[in-house]
Amino acid sequence: MSSGELKTGNNELFTSPDVDAARGFFKEKSRALESKLSTVEEVVRTMVNPGDYIAIGGFGANRIPNAIVHELVRQGKKNLGFAGHTSTHDFQVLVAGECFDHCDIAYIIGLEARGLSPAARRYMQSGKVRVTEWTNAALAWRLKAAAMGVSFLPARSMLGTDTFAFSAAKEILCPFTGQKYAGVPALFPDFAAIHVHESDVYGNCRVRGVTVSDQDLAKASKRVVITTERIVPSESIRAHPEDTFIPFWCVDAVIEVPYGCYPGNMPYEYYSDEQHLREWLQVEKDPEAYERFVKAEILDTKDFNEYLARNGGIEKMSKLRAIEMMTDTE
Amino acid sequence: MAEYNAMELMICVASRNLEDGATVVVGTGAPCAAAMLAQKTRAPNLCTMFEAGGIAPRLPAMPISVGDSRTFYKALHAGSMPDVMETCQRGMVDYCFLGGAQIDMYGNINSTLIGSEHHKPKVRFPGSGGANDLASLCWRIMVMTSQDAKRFTEKLDFVTSPGYLDGGESRYEAGLPAGTGPYRIITNMAIMGFDETSKRMKVLSVNPGYSRDDIQDNCGFDLLWSDKLADTKPPSSDELRILREEVDPNGYIIGRG
Repeated sequence: MSSGELKTGNNELFTSPDVDAARGFFKEKSRALESKLSTVEEVVRTMVNPGDYIAIGGFGANRIPNAIVHELVRQGKKNLGFAGHTSTHDFQVLVAGECFDHCDIAYIIGLEARGLSPAARRYMQSGKVRVTEWTNAALAWRLKAAAMGVSFLPARSMLGTDTFAFSAAKEILCPFTGQKYAGVPALFPDFAAIHVHESDVYGNCRVRGVTVSDQDLAKASKRVVITTERIVPSESIRAHPEDTFIPFWCVDAVIEVPYGCYPGNMPYEYYSDEQHLREWLQVEKDPEAYERFVKAEILDTKDFNEYLARNGGIEKMSKLRAIEMMTDTE
Repeated sequence: MAEYNAMELMICVASRNLEDGATVVVGTGAPCAAAMLAQKTRAPNLCTMFEAGGIAPRLPAMPISVGDSRTFYKALHAGSMPDVMETCQRGMVDYCFLGGAQIDMYGNINSTLIGSEHHKPKVRFPGSGGANDLASLCWRIMVMTSQDAKRFTEKLDFVTSPGYLDGGESRYEAGLPAGTGPYRIITNMAIMGFDETSKRMKVLSVNPGYSRDDIQDNCGFDLLWSDKLADTKPPSSDELRILREEVDPNGYIIGRG
């Protein structure tokens, strides 16, 4: 194979992959088995600092911690860095608050089969956001490297493309085989929020369905908040320890937020509210109407429960549950 | 002969390229329909994979997201994104489907932006998502798209996902896995493959109702033509029935809603 000259992606690396610095942080992180119950308001106020780099668990509009995403907008957090990894509706909400001004991009702006977000597109075409390109696997492996406590992983994707040229990856050669790889640097987010099905008060939690990159995200991030559909007794975690998806020492705060993924899809709980997601995409076409919409839905609501109530409350949730369970057609 | 539209033809053609026992990563929409049709016709044990982690589901309906709960309904495995991508990287995934705003003669694809300023593009698209990974790591890459001279372009604004890069051996010299690359480009007008040596796009088969001129006129670069140029077999009445009644009964994808 031809080695040639090794290439380097030309864009900015927003976070340090320094593993000794990360170890220094994790050395001080609490291992205490103590209750971490908190509130959405408090977590966002105390755990998200100006300039922090944040990441959101789940998959765009599937199992996302939407109460936290709303609160970032409500509290007017700005100048954040964001991991645009499989982001869709979460990205759309953060754009509503212009919360981030630098972004690692794997997938942004789109809501998959639902179409593209006009507001997110306007924001990303405005020149206000510093961007670096990656891929879904590259960001997944950047988190995995951090979770492993190593400063990079070799990957066989990205090579030869503009995605590589506009990334911050570096080509490297395997010391054993000479194989060329894209070296992708460890990503240690300052803050991550992950929505789960069940957690005890210590943050031992369980997830059902596909897990995306959330296990690595929980290990890689310096501060982790878990929002959960239900708080469960710790004894029920101990009854099935093999089911623990994220262990307590990764977790800094636990908040019970029923329907916390709304209007997204929470597997085995409730389906996405496609009507409301269409409303978002529709209203974004008119910037003034959109501003009023964001004010009414997020800024003027006191918390996520009020957002749920505004959009149909328990009655709506029952309908979405019936769609998820496929009992609506029986 | 049965009446059908371009989307139905493309889905039927794509499904015929998926053999029983193969693995394929699909997205939402037409690729998912092609895989479902294959399963319900000649490839009952085709294994479908979704990049968020769903593997071999019994899809109860069309997913709206590659991570929604339908993508692992009665599945064999609800895994993770690294699981799926690493399975691709180990060489166990045969096919994937990709799409984009632009494609060139080597099958390189742009789904990132139009314009010249990276941080301030004229038009921003979602970016790679998993497309670059799948295009790099799966054995055979397929594209289903309608064809026009703007989309099939001489030069991409941004090479998001690799085809054969600059042609010849350049894809492998860049470090991408040996033996991988674009396999079939399925359009409303034709089915294309790639020349073995130059790796340029080559028309293999002409769809019913189109001429060689139509195909070249709706392409922004010079196409090569197979010595054994064939006529694309139209959808059979069985394929159309299964597609309309079982795969996409609401007509979301085939446009018959």
